[in-house]
Amino acid sequence: MPEKKTFKITHNRKWCKNCGICVAVCPKKVFKIDRNDRHAIVNPQDCIGCQMCVEHCPDFALAVEEVKNE
Amino acid sequence: MRLDFLRGERLPNIWCPGCGNGIVLHALLEAIDQLQLDPDKVVLVSGIGCSSRAPAYTAFDNVHTLHGRAIPVATGIKLANLDLTVIVVTGDGDSSAIGGNHLIHAARRDVNITVVVFNNYNYGMTGGQASPLTPISSITTTTPNGNLDRPFDLVKLAAGAGATYVARSGIYFTKHLVDHLRKAIAHDGFSLVDAVAQCPTYFGRFNKKGSAGQMVTSQKDWMVLKSVAEKKTPEELAGKIIIGEFVNIERHAPVSAAAPKEQA
Repeated sequence: MPEKKTFKITHNRKWCKNCGICVAVCPKKVFKIDRNDRHAIVNPQDCIGCQMCVEHCPDFALAVEEVKNE
Repeated sequence: MRLDFLRGERLPNIWCPGCGNGIVLHALLEAIDQLQLDPDKVVLVSGIGCSSRAPAYTAFDNVHTLHGRAIPVATGIKLANLDLTVIVVTGDGDSSAIGGNHLIHAARRDVNITVVVFNNYNYGMTGGQASPLTPISSITTTTPNGNLDRPFDLVKLAAGAGATYVARSGIYFTKHLVDHLRKAIAHDGFSLVDAVAQCPTYFGRFNKKGSAGQMVTSQKDWMVLKSVAEKKTPEELAGKIIIGEFVNIERHAPVSAAAPKEQA
């Protein structure tokens, strides 16, 4: 069985407006809007690198890159 | 998408949280990146409105013109320098109401420019008034009891006026949107892409469409791909809009705005 790929999620706090679109489009529930209405990355280990959040972020605040294990 | 296409010092952008304009801009920059265009030969022209703020966040040359007059300025830029790729970034009110005449005549002349309509179904910047694309019986600031008028079908309008590439897509389907933006920019002739976005602040709030995230994901329910829609009956398609490529033909007047032919 192939090894599970890991991804690094970069979140630009200065550009994010906590709109929640990434929470709605993510198929693996990686993100959450927390009690203070702030964007939070809660399950980064579940990320499958589908780039849905990156393509749907209106504020260019997210980036997802594969971590290469050498 | 390359981050150097953005002007980082101008961000965060002015749009409300959850605005769809940023997603269309992301797709447009992705399409320009996939076409590997020279950034110095791309010009973005915009009118007035929320959507028309988009070119200011890009590193390309851009002109912010009068309300509705983006297409005449873009026509002038294209005629002055045929090497440039000219893209008009416009909203639904800007293109269909104030600049409606310019849109149909640019389509009739088949000017080699690309018009990207950021369609959020109302005038977002001025407070959510009804635009010519607002669906019937929708609530806006100027139609508190529901819109009585039928909306324009921008795709049929552009196709009827003689545009040689017309497509519609939604922001939920970003790959589909990027594909059609790429084809539109590469197309030789007048091309129009109707990119359906959301306005959670006005249109969504007045019409109880839920949060920005719900507005984005609900596009799956009320949009139908053209290939799927051809097999369905009109009753099944009631209340849905069809996305896909509607017109893709050779330009009918190859001498009008194409590169001048060398004299033999």
